[in-house]
Amino acid sequence: MTEPFLQVRDLKVHFPVRTGGILIGRYTPLKAVDGVSFDLNPGETLGVVGESGCGKSTLGRAVLQLVGATDGVVSWLGRDLTSLSKRQLIEARENLQIVFQDPLASLDPRMTAGDIIAEPLLNYRPEMTRAQRRDAVKDMMERVGLLPRMINRYPHEFSGGQCQRIGIARAMILRPKLVVCDEPVSALDVSIQAQVVNLLKSLQREFGLALLFISHDLAIVRHISDRVMVLYLGKVMELANKAALYTNPRHPYTQALLSAVPIPDPSKERNKKRILLTGDLPSPLSPPSGCVFRTRCPKATQMCADKTPSLDTVEMGHIVACHLWNEQ
Amino acid sequence: MSDAPISGGRSKANLSVPHSAALNKAAEVEGRSLWQDAFRRLQANRAAMASAIVLIVLAVICFAGPLFVPWSYEEIDWDILEAAPPDFEKGHYLGTDSLGRDLLARILQGGQVSFQVGILATAVALVIGVSVGAMAGFIGGRVDQFLMRFVDVMYAVPLMFFIIILMVVFGRNFYLMFLAIGFVEWLTMSRIVRGQTLTLKNKEFIEAARASGGSTANIIIRHIVPNVLGVVIVYVTLTIPQVILLESFLSFLGLGVQPPMTSWGALIAEGAQEMEITPRTLILPAVCLSTTLFCFNFLGDGLRDALDPKDR
Amino acid sequence: MSSVLEIDQLTVAFDTPDGTVEAVTDVTLSVEAGECLGLVGESGSGKSQTFMAAMGLLADNGRATGQIRLDGIDLLSANEAKLNTLRGDRIAMIFQDPMTSLTPHMRIGRQLAEVIIEHKNVSKVEARAQALEMLKRVHIPEPERRLDMYPHELSGGLRQRVMIAMALMCEPEVIIADEPTTALDVTVQAQILDVLMEVKDSLGTAIVLITHDLGVVAGLADRVAVMYGGRLVEQGGVSDIFEQPSHPYTQGLLKCTPRLDTDFEALVTIPGQPPNLQNLPPGCSFHPRCPYVFDRCKTDRPKLIEIPGGRSKACHLDTLEAAAQ
Repeated sequence: MTEPFLQVRDLKVHFPVRTGGILIGRYTPLKAVDGVSFDLNPGETLGVVGESGCGKSTLGRAVLQLVGATDGVVSWLGRDLTSLSKRQLIEARENLQIVFQDPLASLDPRMTAGDIIAEPLLNYRPEMTRAQRRDAVKDMMERVGLLPRMINRYPHEFSGGQCQRIGIARAMILRPKLVVCDEPVSALDVSIQAQVVNLLKSLQREFGLALLFISHDLAIVRHISDRVMVLYLGKVMELANKAALYTNPRHPYTQALLSAVPIPDPSKERNKKRILLTGDLPSPLSPPSGCVFRTRCPKATQMCADKTPSLDTVEMGHIVACHLWNEQ
Repeated sequence: MSDAPISGGRSKANLSVPHSAALNKAAEVEGRSLWQDAFRRLQANRAAMASAIVLIVLAVICFAGPLFVPWSYEEIDWDILEAAPPDFEKGHYLGTDSLGRDLLARILQGGQVSFQVGILATAVALVIGVSVGAMAGFIGGRVDQFLMRFVDVMYAVPLMFFIIILMVVFGRNFYLMFLAIGFVEWLTMSRIVRGQTLTLKNKEFIEAARASGGSTANIIIRHIVPNVLGVVIVYVTLTIPQVILLESFLSFLGLGVQPPMTSWGALIAEGAQEMEITPRTLILPAVCLSTTLFCFNFLGDGLRDALDPKDR
Repeated sequence: MSSVLEIDQLTVAFDTPDGTVEAVTDVTLSVEAGECLGLVGESGSGKSQTFMAAMGLLADNGRATGQIRLDGIDLLSANEAKLNTLRGDRIAMIFQDPMTSLTPHMRIGRQLAEVIIEHKNVSKVEARAQALEMLKRVHIPEPERRLDMYPHELSGGLRQRVMIAMALMCEPEVIIADEPTTALDVTVQAQILDVLMEVKDSLGTAIVLITHDLGVVAGLADRVAVMYGGRLVEQGGVSDIFEQPSHPYTQGLLKCTPRLDTDFEALVTIPGQPPNLQNLPPGCSFHPRCPYVFDRCKTDRPKLIEIPGGRSKACHLDTLEAAAQ
């Protein structure tokens, strides 16, 4: 069993939000990520799911230190990224890349596809000549399914799916070891989503990458992940192998999420028993005491308000943060 | 599944085969950049194109014209020594001013000065404004606070006084004038660039550039500057007429260029004094000045429409 | 059951600097009272523009030809004044992003009341009472309090409920919901779909559900129409379409939609790109991506023909099952 590449321990990302005070501001921390821990092994895909406000995007960026961590450790290949200097961080980024959600917005509209994909090479392989860079870019374009002769085209001349391929080519050109995928297919048509997901999987296999796959779409996550982590209001609710999570979810939130996903089958969809959550998402500025999910949980008890559940082990590799996971 | 070709784009690429030489040789398709799109839109705007042409013609006339005019702008025609109507035989195509100098030559000279001051002063404002604005906007934090407070303080200073004092202290040096004007105009430019940079800073492609290992300087030069250029171009086109007007005003007050050098503002000042006797000496430079200002403004508007951010 | 909304040979074209683009070509659809029609398609399918034309909300450079009859009144030939009396009163629309559809500086109660005051000439007090009633109908918690709130004070799910309430104010015959849950979380989506289902059942309002999400359609729609490249490719009852699609595109969409209830590892894809409306392939627009393509498909555009079971399709194949062999 290889050493985990990435070990995140108790990561917290709090944004101070001004909530009052006339002359001297009063700040309340917005707890976007509030104590998340997980490991990631080489060549593995960890899916991170949750709804809006759960902190999954912030988590992805915090792992790469594109957003600073308030507390906690992000240990990458043995080094704590949170304590690196700016220069060391830039060095480390060679192996840590990201694919963004909005395909068009993540590309500089004034640069050609070739320039965009070549930028990491400019930064990390200064010894390459212009011709060598161009060859590398064309090679990468082919691998992601783009026609190499489109190298001089601008982002607005490509479709959404093609733009996302450009983004993927840019992320992969340095053969990084870890790629964070932040909702990479959410903005794409369904038929293109499938293509891009397959592309990511093949590239992962070919380059031996680890992927941190962030998405709100539980069905897509199921196709690409080995393990899945469910977040709510910045905290981990459940983390398990794919099979375990989807067939035997223990956390009420995971159960509600899974039941809410519409199935493209009329008889199944209309007859399925849905667990409907009550209430609204609480504000991350004032999360509920105890278990943060208790205000919407159909099974909540008084204990859930008094005590924050710690992460219990259901079985090997399956942890859940709920007082009641064992009561069915 | 693992060996199935991935299709997308318009080709089916097999991942296990490295790039082939044949593909390398395929002709690369030229892209259509956003600048080209904008230029196309600009060309469709007739007012803007007409203005551009008028400006170019005016500039050419002002700079090349003196070669064809027999008199220079400072030469006094001792035979006349007063404002006289146009006389083609003597070579005074537009007549003379009150001191007997050829009006056409002076108008051309005035045009040269106005254009030069307009462009050079704006260039000074451009360089300082873009640098300060981009740095303040991108680096943020204390650098931003410091720079912007400095700009705020400068705004509070009555700029006319500032220029007048400079002129008085250092004398009416031609180069000093456009430095002074440039130094005053960069303030707004920096605010505009800073605003634009702030918007850009939060865009995903900037984040992507950071993730690709870009340093701050790298990102500013490669990504921020090209993307603020649109706004800057529009603002530059609208600043030039303001500068020309400012210089005209200074000259009108008697603080601009030193005689016998002249600018349109100075000519207007002179002409205003004899408005009732020879309106020609006022009207002609005034028409030139107004036309130039109109054209720059139309062009600026056209550029703004052409570079509409909605299409970015 | 009579048709509440009939679309007849609708074509929507846009004048662009690069020429005329047809976003919708020759679409004929109908919606019956009390039923939900699911309109499915991806980008470039024309599904949204079809109903933007019905509501008279096309962009300035768009032109619609054909007929769209709401209870016999042709919407396309109606003038602006007539359209204004119909819109909001007998036909209403819900959009994808509730934040941009609600006026940010007006309180919710007032926005809701305006709708009914405009059309039904009731007093402000009555209008407010009706607004409260509608908020209760869409199950907004603490409705009295919400009436006096501003849109930005509500969450995305609540705002979408307000949009639905606003659409219901005058009890229209048909509501057009254009991607109503795409921007919402999946748990909130489930709640909104429930509300829409209830509206359909209890009020008998016809609903046109425009979406790209087959799961959403499966749960709510009675009939389904599939669009591709601006044209209708298939139409039929929801069970028929899902269990036995008759068009390769529908089949492809069903196969490539990831689902929770099946076990397969791999995602099947539809190769190629969504069509470029300015440069549609000759013959059948789908032929470059179709696994069953044959020669006729490349030259001859298939017309929409009726097949047994109240369905129609636009494909040269006899049946998909035969082609699969």
